[in-house]
Amino acid sequence: MINYILKRLMYILIALFVIVTVTFFLMRLAPGSPFASERNFPPQIEEKLNETYGLNNPWYIQYKDYLIDTASFNFGESMKYKARSTNDMISESFPVSLTLGIEAMLLAIGFGVLAGVIAALYHNKFPDYLATTIAVLGISVPSFILAGLMQYFFAYKLGLFPVSGWKGFNYSILPALAIAFSHAGFIAKLTRSSMLEQNHSEYVKMARAKGLGKWTIVFRHTLRNALLPVITYLGPLTAGVVTGSFIIENIFAIPGLGKHFVQSITNRDYTVIMGTTVFYSIILLFAILIVDILYTFIDPRIKLKGAKK
Amino acid sequence: MAKTILEVKDLKINFKTYAGLVHAVRGVNFDLKEGETLAIVGESGSGKSVTSNALMKLIPQPPGIYASGQILFNGRDLVPLSDKEMSKVRGNDIAMIFQDPMTSLNPTMKVGRQITEVILQHKKVSKADAKKRAIELLTQVGIPFPEKRYNQYPHEFSGGMRQRVVIAIALAADPKLLIADEPTTALDVTIQAQILELMKEIQKNSKTSIIFITHDLGVVANVADRVAVMYAGQIVEYGTVDDIFYNPKHPYTWGLLGSMPDLDNDADELLRTIPGSPPDLIHPPRGDAFAARNEYAMAIDYEQEPPMFQVSDTHFAKTWLLHPDAPKIPLPAAVAKRIEGYLAKGAQAND
Ligand SMILES: Nc1ncnc2c1ncn2[C@@H]1O[C@H](COP(=O)(O)OP(=O)(O)OP(=O)(O)O)[C@@H](O)[C@H]1O
Ligand SMILES: [Mg+2]
Repeated sequence: MINYILKRLMYILIALFVIVTVTFFLMRLAPGSPFASERNFPPQIEEKLNETYGLNNPWYIQYKDYLIDTASFNFGESMKYKARSTNDMISESFPVSLTLGIEAMLLAIGFGVLAGVIAALYHNKFPDYLATTIAVLGISVPSFILAGLMQYFFAYKLGLFPVSGWKGFNYSILPALAIAFSHAGFIAKLTRSSMLEQNHSEYVKMARAKGLGKWTIVFRHTLRNALLPVITYLGPLTAGVVTGSFIIENIFAIPGLGKHFVQSITNRDYTVIMGTTVFYSIILLFAILIVDILYTFIDPRIKLKGAKK
Repeated sequence: MAKTILEVKDLKINFKTYAGLVHAVRGVNFDLKEGETLAIVGESGSGKSVTSNALMKLIPQPPGIYASGQILFNGRDLVPLSDKEMSKVRGNDIAMIFQDPMTSLNPTMKVGRQITEVILQHKKVSKADAKKRAIELLTQVGIPFPEKRYNQYPHEFSGGMRQRVVIAIALAADPKLLIADEPTTALDVTIQAQILELMKEIQKNSKTSIIFITHDLGVVANVADRVAVMYAGQIVEYGTVDDIFYNPKHPYTWGLLGSMPDLDNDADELLRTIPGSPPDLIHPPRGDAFAARNEYAMAIDYEQEPPMFQVSDTHFAKTWLLHPDAPKIPLPAAVAKRIEGYLAKGAQAND
């Protein structure tokens, strides 16, 4: 187990290195510079700024500086906003995104599993059709359209929730729902088909032959096996929730990391891009590692060996 | 005279499918005495599994339909019972051993719990006592290091060991009737013999009645007291092991006996098979369902279904060949030879 985790940590480091490198060169390739939007810049000032931030150095010097800065988690100051360090921006906005993300994940898993189990138990009956229809809708409607619709109906028309902003729990419900809905749909479909598959398996028949009641069988036998594919989906789910937050935080004007990330790209705010990218990468890579470890606790057939990739 | 524990009367099971109504079991009658072992044999698709699942009311409804009949267990009809009432019978009075031990255990539950679960469901005992009993059972079915094995998961067991676990589960609540649906088919030959040995031991040491389903007649001679031969959802011949092996009457039974694989075959003697294929159970044929594959079929076989003719006190067969007016057909020589060879081998295996 320890060996396995060490090995995985090494892979994470390699992956991070690749991500940092690719991001660095992509940033160079993209046209524009952090100061391009300031129209009336005297050339001398721009020259001075470029020098301060090392933008005049040859690319390999800049690359080396970046690597060193990244390795020491020193991403420097924002090139766009004066006197704000990237690390400060992350530590201010990340809790907001984390709250939103966790809320969205809980909603997606909770509703998804619930709907999937109900659909499977009432296979080919009304609750099944209802749950499946909602799930398909959820999967096919993009989150930004859903966000707009919810803002219009629930916030603007009915006034149940605030339209945008981030001043309390009330503000988080619509955006979390918008992020979660399509994932809930996906998890529902996954749970349903997996439950149905388990219901046709021999061990469920055997459980019936043992004289166990219907619900005992569901909770003691079927559910745990049926949820294995759902656990696998937790990795992609984390990634999906993170990317979903980029769009949704902008739509709902939420001061989260996702919003900063998108803005930093539009602004060519190199230091912030770098910092947020590395930060997101670390989170996602660790999320996948945690899912893999979680899996072994739920499925005894899977043993983490150093050999397993 | 031993007490009759199970009596099945005119059992009919249908399945609703898109293609039409499948008549999987078409009027099955048999009974079973306490401590007796009945073998049900027949080709694939003849309705053996459907019959045995029907006894425990394990047929999913829909698509399954209990079209008619009674299943009298100790005199009580199981057919009208609700699922809740049935759950007191399942695992407790009637237990089942499934065909494929690789899939019939829950992969994410420890083996010990899969056994104690049955005990706790049906008996008023403490968890500790259930565990003690489970370990006894593991010992009884021949699993070494039962205390250690108790805490392992199914994937840590070999196929043969898993089938032993399945048997332990079936025995957990001391059932009065044990249904074994091809318990050795999925195992390799040496393991098959071990499991059969275990089944015979259980048979000897308890008063449990056993229904043993198989398509291997060699196994039948070894374990059964009586044999029911099934074809196309009906029992076509029914008798003691001796009746079926020394004096088979139904041409389908001849076919089954003739098609038993025999390792000491003469090289020039081909493995015989029954020509043709079983009938369509959505539109069962008129008359005798076996007529189309029967080389001795008569005109009446295509017209009218034969009744069960009584051959002796214990022996019945459903073929017009037993009608007093029918021509006397002697047992085909090849089949007779096969039987001889087979019984000789069975005797060896018993030593
Ligand atoms: N759920 C079902 N829906 C429709 N038809 C079914 C269903 N279950 C069984 N049947 C049909 O019932 C008939 C008898 O099947 P059964 O499984 O009892 O055969 P079997 O004698 O056990 O064969 P095998 O030796 O292969 O196990 C088959 O024709 C099968 O197609
Ligand atoms: Mg079968």
